Amino acid sequence: MTTYYSEEHEWITVAGDVAMLGITQHAADQLGEIVFCEQKEAGDTFEKGDEIGVIESVKAASEIYAPLDGEVIAANETLADTPGALNENPEGEAWIYKIKLADVAQLDELMDLDGYKALIG
Amino acid sequence: MTDAPKRTPLYDLHVELGGKMVDFAGWEMPVQYPMGIMGEHKQCREKAGLFDVSHMGQVILKGADVAAQLEKIAPSAFTTLKEGKARYTFFTNDNGGIMDDLIVSNAGDHFFVVVNASMRHQDIPHMAKHLDGVEVTEIFDRALVAVQGPTAENVVGDLCPAARDMKFMETLVAEIEGVECRISRLGYTGEDGYEISIPEDKSVEITRAFLAHPDCEPAGLGARDSLRLEAGLCLYGNDIDNDTSPVEASLTWAMQKRRREEGGFPGAARIQKELTEGAGRKLVGIKPLGRAPARQGVEVHCAEGIPIGSITSGGFGPTVGGPVAMGYVAAGHGTPGEQVNLIIRGKAQPAEIVALPFVTQNYKR
Repeated sequence: MTTYYSEEHEWITVAGDVAMLGITQHAADQLGEIVFCEQKEAGDTFEKGDEIGVIESVKAASEIYAPLDGEVIAANETLADTPGALNENPEGEAWIYKIKLADVAQLDELMDLDGYKALIG
Repeated sequence: MTDAPKRTPLYDLHVELGGKMVDFAGWEMPVQYPMGIMGEHKQCREKAGLFDVSHMGQVILKGADVAAQLEKIAPSAFTTLKEGKARYTFFTNDNGGIMDDLIVSNAGDHFFVVVNASMRHQDIPHMAKHLDGVEVTEIFDRALVAVQGPTAENVVGDLCPAARDMKFMETLVAEIEGVECRISRLGYTGEDGYEISIPEDKSVEITRAFLAHPDCEPAGLGARDSLRLEAGLCLYGNDIDNDTSPVEASLTWAMQKRRREEGGFPGAARIQKELTEGAGRKLVGIKPLGRAPARQGVEVHCAEGIPIGSITSGGFGPTVGGPVAMGYVAAGHGTPGEQVNLIIRGKAQPAEIVALPFVTQNYKR
């Protein structure tokens, strides 16, 4: 399993052509206290750059953009009742989607942890 | 061209306290502190929160005839406003819209006025132009601090015993830490509390003294917005503006009987007509029934799917524990209990019209 990061502050942990996707702790900290998460459903397909969800904090709404092409295998349904988990453990139990990748070559366009750390300074 | 954001006398203190500073109406203000918006909001509902509102415009009006002159530009009664009393009001325009909302206090030998930060540039010249024989002086050397919450009386009263005996919408001058301050028992959170106008050079010291009370924590603009929204209080620029009338905004309680009947303020023709015949739309409370907050601009549809209005303020209400909103709906709609739909990101989400406020106001009458 390898974890990649996007410029939109998402993490994606890949095994073969299946991956878990969520937002980084840095993103969660910037958003503030999260009160709502709107997600796509299993079977929905998307292309890189598509809006695939919305996270609302007490301050504002922020879109989640797809870091690559794929299909939703499952959405983390626990976030509907406990959106605050996205603040507490966004890189663990508060994952947002399990997805199937359409093109694993797109992973090359993402960052590794060191690259992401450099991005957020 | 935009000027660099201005800083209040408490700027360094905000930074020291970990305030996250943002540009608001041309001022660098704390949106939140490390406690977070949710925590600061609850602090203010349960104990006391302290807000820097020094960005608001403090104005002194002096002259023989200030009360009568004010009645020319605002539809409330000021000639009957007793010394030591404050009143919520608004300036109206010739079309009966609201130019700004403000607090006017009778301070004895003068009137003391507090206007919104974003409208200072408009309101000061507006008063100077229309208040004949009145000297209009904007104060630049005083901070304004709001201490709000059920135990605000202890926070302020411990340093200024005279504050304990005040009632809602009363104002007086008293010493705090040896300095003369203007203390007014009012605010914009729905809670009991005070706004204290403090000479700039003592403002940090006195603010620190309030914060030293175990019940008092600093709170930012984020909590201020969610508190006023739950309390059903209008935000100028969102819920009221140059197009909305006081009748539409359900603010006619701020227009005393004599003024409603006699008129004599800008836009009286429209406002008096609406008082008699009703307005074409009305500001109401709207409770989304799901979890998705409905923000400003979201369309409101009636049960039959026809657009009837839009959200003007909306977000998450920490005390309510869910989304809350206010918005305008067309005449014929807006009875509490009416089921409506909110079009959030293209999807209809169920909501219900509710009576405002969302949280019971807790004033010391």
